[in-house]
Amino acid sequence: MGRIVLEKVTKSFGDVNVIPPLDLAIEDGEFVVFVGPSGCGKSTLLRLIAGLEDVTSGRITIDGRDATELPPAKRGLAMVFQSYALYPHMSVRKNISFPLKMAGLDPAERNKRVEAAAKVLNLTDYLDRRPGQLSGGQRQRVAIGRAIVREPAAFLFDEPLSNLDAALRVNMRLEISELHNSLETTMIYVTHDQVEAMTMADKIVVLRAGHIEQVGSPLELYRNPRNLFVAGFIGSPRMNFISGAEAAKHEAATIGIRPEHLAISKTEGIWKGTVGVSEHLGSDTFLHVHARELTQEPITVRSDGEIDIYHGDTVFLSPQEDKVHRFNQEGLRLS
Amino acid sequence: MARAVTPAHKATVTFFAWAIGLLIFFPILWTILTSFKTEAEAIASPPSFVGFDWTLENYSTVMERSNYFLHFLNSVVISVGSTLIGLLIAIPAAWSMAFVPGKRTKDVLMWMLSTKMLPPVGVLIPIYLIFRDTGLLDTRTGLVIVLTLINLPIIVWMLYTYFKEIPVDILEAARMDGASLRAEIIYVLTPMAVPGIASTLLLNIILAWNEAFWTLNLTAAKAAPLTAFIASYSSPEGLFYAKLSAASTMAIAPILVMGWFSQKQLVRGLTFGAVK
Amino acid sequence: MATQHSKSAARFMISPAVLLLLGWMLIPLSLTLYFSFLRYNLLMPGTEEWAGLLNYRFFLTDPAFFDAIWNTLLLVGGVLVITVVGGVLLALLLDQPFWGQGIVRILVIAPFFVMPTVSALVWKNMFMNPVNGLFAFLAKAVGLEPFDFLAHAPLSSIILIVAWGWLPFATLILLTALQSLDSEQLEAAEMDGASWMSRFFYIMLPHLARAITVVILIQTIFLLSVFAEILVTTNGGPGTATTNLTFLVYAQSLLQFDVGAGSAGGVVAIILANIVAIFLMRMIGKNLDA
Repeated sequence: MGRIVLEKVTKSFGDVNVIPPLDLAIEDGEFVVFVGPSGCGKSTLLRLIAGLEDVTSGRITIDGRDATELPPAKRGLAMVFQSYALYPHMSVRKNISFPLKMAGLDPAERNKRVEAAAKVLNLTDYLDRRPGQLSGGQRQRVAIGRAIVREPAAFLFDEPLSNLDAALRVNMRLEISELHNSLETTMIYVTHDQVEAMTMADKIVVLRAGHIEQVGSPLELYRNPRNLFVAGFIGSPRMNFISGAEAAKHEAATIGIRPEHLAISKTEGIWKGTVGVSEHLGSDTFLHVHARELTQEPITVRSDGEIDIYHGDTVFLSPQEDKVHRFNQEGLRLS
Repeated sequence: MARAVTPAHKATVTFFAWAIGLLIFFPILWTILTSFKTEAEAIASPPSFVGFDWTLENYSTVMERSNYFLHFLNSVVISVGSTLIGLLIAIPAAWSMAFVPGKRTKDVLMWMLSTKMLPPVGVLIPIYLIFRDTGLLDTRTGLVIVLTLINLPIIVWMLYTYFKEIPVDILEAARMDGASLRAEIIYVLTPMAVPGIASTLLLNIILAWNEAFWTLNLTAAKAAPLTAFIASYSSPEGLFYAKLSAASTMAIAPILVMGWFSQKQLVRGLTFGAVK
Repeated sequence: MATQHSKSAARFMISPAVLLLLGWMLIPLSLTLYFSFLRYNLLMPGTEEWAGLLNYRFFLTDPAFFDAIWNTLLLVGGVLVITVVGGVLLALLLDQPFWGQGIVRILVIAPFFVMPTVSALVWKNMFMNPVNGLFAFLAKAVGLEPFDFLAHAPLSSIILIVAWGWLPFATLILLTALQSLDSEQLEAAEMDGASWMSRFFYIMLPHLARAITVVILIQTIFLLSVFAEILVTTNGGPGTATTNLTFLVYAQSLLQFDVGAGSAGGVVAIILANIVAIFLMRMIGKNLDA
């Protein structure tokens, strides 16, 4: 069980208002990702849910129970920190069993649960080591182990993968997703990396300056971004924006077209431009095309990996008409 | 510096370093040597270095005649007592400042430090009179109170700098794991801070052991620690070099050993973190 | 991490320390200030009366006061010069690789742990005594008249004794600072063709400047209060030759029982110490932000 509801929650540090009134419902078993640029308030929001910070006003309920005033220890949530926050003076076994000891479980029961968690996380051989003797990925797993033994109502993850190298990050992403599939417990995950958000989430909450810009499934956000900010934030490489005369043709202030929705040709097409940098990744090619009549920014095009176009070539681009996003003067989506 | 040094250079440096080191240490060495001489040998001319009849007679005389043990015990009670009480008061305070910093935390820290800068002579008279009127003059309790208070700022500061190095995340993790404030301090903070707490303890025992303004002014006989006891040798009738040396050696030996253990932490403790 | 819960816990846990120090500071300080305006002699209890600035006038016009100020400055200045110059040289020496570094370090640090009364007595009797002291023996050995240090150069002798105790402190701090100097900086300077002397003056010394300032300020605070060394060796004499401000206040109040004048002296000492403390606190405070 883990249904978490935030009602009109605000947070101020002194005079600085970090979270304006915010409402959000997280359903039991959901994998929710808070995503946004640094300083958007996503970590603060997570800490409010955890109870590590007080809300300035508003209400937080966990499974229908008012948790606004509860200290973190009493909320029944578990958290995985960015720095892992393992207890350096305890062995892996003691680290994982610490929450059970705090809960007053007897040693035999503790041991049973620790062994079970260690098996799931491939930590059995490391139980008697200290955190200092483990690799980054192993520490991460210990932190997760410490969280799962409590069988919490929900897991909170605060940018847990940002200290790992790229290859390990992809692995851990999969492991956490698998964990969610097998435990079916609510997970709230904070990240600034939209790839993590897209790949893991059932529901993404895009935040900017404490405001929720949009809430939805990854594909909803991808297909129907509510405004320019979400459109630019979700999707990689990011969406191209064109304003001015070309946008006016679509009866919009700005239009957006994703790199993967542009067709490129050497001979014919709607927009003409010159290729600047071309990035050949093997599987894909990203071409940065300068079309100064349309926009000062180069337009990014995603094409197949074997394409035979290079720096300096003149090319033509054609957007897929049904994939053009239209935005008004205020940056809001026109449907 | 990871660089090859010529053996000749290293030998030269070794020679000078040892020469100066021994020169600086010589008064202590001389005191220790003299403590094993007879009174006659102690003032013999020319003085002998090792070629004398080693004797433990001075130590037994000092122990028998002068209540040495009482003063030694006073020193132990006063320095250890004031340090332990100081730690007890300072650990929670340092916890507050390191982990729940507020707008005024820095001011409070600086203010605590400023009390340490108060010259003792500026408050000697009132303390003396208050102690006289409350019967605390020449009592261990009185000295423990004074030494606790004068060393409290240093203890708080040292602990604060050690606690600051512990990531807040770890304490928050304990809180998420269901630990109460008490459990957080006992199971997580204290074990992690053990090295810091130990060196704070050591340095403050040393400082209290050697404190020689309040101990001289507030004691007469009964509660006099070694600082005051040794001072009584300055009167002419007490001029026995070998016995003075024996008493001195016993007074400084325990602290020398502790000091050598805590030398790495000394700088940090005595400069309030201004030199790292 | 700042919830109402933890904030109130923090306030509760810090209050004993704050209250105790507040009491320790305010009560005696205000009493000293109050006494300094009274005619108050311990030998004549019950005759206390308001004296206005009389004590200050008495204290500040006492020739012993100016001697004491002068002696205090000489003592502090002399010890500072010896310990800072000696400390820099020693730190430079000990920073180089040599055999037995650990042991030499221990030997050099040792005097700092010797209690002031012991060091004063050992120096006074076993080294400086004109008849049986080691210095007298050395003088006679080379055919010189033994010199009675504490009678003929009392203040210099005390400076020597005190400096011996503080030299390790300065050395240790300067050595620590020197070791934190990035060796790549020195290597870069060497690549740029800087000689040892220019490396010392343009790189090491500026790097040490901060540590030297800290040494000077902290030692000054302690040196203003030198007491035991004087009490044990010369008792302030001969005359007032070795009476510093701390000793003068002690003599005035606890030997002559003139609490009023002693208190006025205490107030003067507090003002002097505060001048130094302000600079020291500013430095430490700056470091706290960094």
